[in-house]
Amino acid sequence: MFVLEKRPSPSQFWTYATPVLAVILTMIAGGAMFALLGKDPFIAIRTIFWDPLFGEFAFYLRGQLLVKAGPLILIAVGLSLGFRAGIWNIGAEGQYIIGAIFGAGVGLAVFPTETRWIFPVMIVAGAFGGWLWAMIPAILKTRFNTNEILVSLMLVYVAQTILSKAATGFLRNPQGMGFPGSRNFSTYPAARNVELIQESGMHWGVVAAFIAVIAAYVLLQRHMLGFQIKLAGQAPRAARFAGVQPTRLVVLCMGISGALAGLAGMFEVSGPAGQISIDFASGYGFTAIIVAFLGRLNPLGILLAGLVMALTYVGGEMASTNLNLPSAAIQAFQGMLLFFLLAVDLLSNYRIRLLNGRAV
Amino acid sequence: MDFGGINPAVLVASLMVASVPIMLAAIGELVVEKAGVLNLGVEGMMIMGAICGFITAVQTGSPFLGFVGGAVGAAGLSLVFAVLTQVLQANQVATGLALTLFGLGLSSLMGQGYVGIKPPLTSQVPFGPLADLPVLGRILFNHDPMVYLSIIIIAAVWAVLKFSRMGLVLRAVGESHDAAHALGYKVTRIRILAILFGGAMAGLGGAYLSLVRVPQWTDGITAGAGWIALAIVVFASWKPWRVLIGAYLFGGISVLQLNLQAAGARIPVEYLSMSPYVITIIVLVIMSSGKGRASMNAPAALGQNFHASR
Repeated sequence: MFVLEKRPSPSQFWTYATPVLAVILTMIAGGAMFALLGKDPFIAIRTIFWDPLFGEFAFYLRGQLLVKAGPLILIAVGLSLGFRAGIWNIGAEGQYIIGAIFGAGVGLAVFPTETRWIFPVMIVAGAFGGWLWAMIPAILKTRFNTNEILVSLMLVYVAQTILSKAATGFLRNPQGMGFPGSRNFSTYPAARNVELIQESGMHWGVVAAFIAVIAAYVLLQRHMLGFQIKLAGQAPRAARFAGVQPTRLVVLCMGISGALAGLAGMFEVSGPAGQISIDFASGYGFTAIIVAFLGRLNPLGILLAGLVMALTYVGGEMASTNLNLPSAAIQAFQGMLLFFLLAVDLLSNYRIRLLNGRAV
Repeated sequence: MDFGGINPAVLVASLMVASVPIMLAAIGELVVEKAGVLNLGVEGMMIMGAICGFITAVQTGSPFLGFVGGAVGAAGLSLVFAVLTQVLQANQVATGLALTLFGLGLSSLMGQGYVGIKPPLTSQVPFGPLADLPVLGRILFNHDPMVYLSIIIIAAVWAVLKFSRMGLVLRAVGESHDAAHALGYKVTRIRILAILFGGAMAGLGGAYLSLVRVPQWTDGITAGAGWIALAIVVFASWKPWRVLIGAYLFGGISVLQLNLQAAGARIPVEYLSMSPYVITIIVLVIMSSGKGRASMNAPAALGQNFHASR
């Protein structure tokens, strides 16, 4: 048997090593799952983790990597601030949808226009939409002490019905012959989120993600608010004595994460997705939770974690076309990664002492 | 006796059916939370129960074995949660979310090849002439066994928590794990058992969705039912009989909005289909604010990990 001994402070080594260990363990367990599905586990893992980077079609797929990583990083950076302070916004998916609807709505309202100002206005509208949607759980939490986890999650389902209403109703393409879906932004140059460098996948959303990473890093390392966030998470009682206002922290953390999720949605709808459609929501808001934990709630870690998670998306799509691997297998694979992360986290907080048959 | 194309007796009868999944999941989660554990993975466990139950029932041809399979499958998933949070000291909120994300993926993976199949029919309890009573017969004596079983489970949980030693120990563990530990109770073991019970109940609820309520397999069949079950526990202020009321309330809303959609009410379909979620939020707000704050009733050690240093 073994006993766990709490470390006085988390191990430096394991803090960096656990995400790597978790990815390796997930590859092993995922390989076993793929083997059960009748696929060669080594080929499957190579298709997911190696081929998008160095394989035959890597020149195209590397670009896809940034397209997928951009929204994941953007959302995860916002979520990580709240998670650090013990504020659980798990409705990023809903904020992402509403941000996209606000952003696209502003753009489509003035269709067709050629002014260069429309895109910045759409960005502001997208962030505002996400912020607004996140303010609902934040205000309910601070005013009525309502559980923010349940409210933010419920609002995802509400946002999804609004999305289907938008796609079939108020944002539907008037020239779309009655088909659901809005006008496509690829035919609307002024409002389009263009690819900045050809074939690189680099669009304004990715730029925003990088800015968010840097801003969050500075905030956490150098700013009073960052200090308060960390303090509130690690020692809530001490934080109260130090004059941290929990209400202000909830509103700020929820607001930032909502605005970033809304931005991600807006960049997605005007760029890679192209239009508001019924199946626009693709689960980025939920996967970003895994990204935030994989990055250990650290902005720089999240940058790497977002790229790794994007790899599983891109590689997973490859695997589903080449190896006929069901796309649900990738979703289960990503869920597994979070399990292993949480499990190996033990190593950074506890020491494991083996007992050689002695009684305790 | 109809109101705008909706027959009240049929409505009540169908709300009893509609509320079974969330009632089972909520009563399971209530026991888990009474033991001081916050398992946010109800949605994931429910959908695992739905697919495991569906596969078992289709393969064996027996709905009864299907429900058993659903309970076992979901309890298996909840065991992962139990090991992670109770043995490996992982954060309960994050692990619960992981359970939901993983459950949604795995269930959709397992369910491939089962889309569009009809499960074996769950027959109704034969009440003989009672079923032919006007109105009452339709409401009370025309259901499958799970409708009655779910109410029996509520009564049993209430009795055990209130009157038995086991219930007292469970509540002690949930209120103060350190005190319970000092008294010599096995906090970790009791909590793991409570989590397994919660998993099995969520699984039964999920299996009911795929075997009776819908009845077929589609991806994401639970559509937030697990989260509503979590909200019902708060609504019920951690009291078993109020879970019944809460589940009937939400079952009633979801049935009513479906009936209104079918009856062609002049409210847009989107507003009707978002109503269960909006009403959940409103109810949560009402329950959490004011003098009778539900959170006053929450188990004191809810969501805190226990690590015996000695």
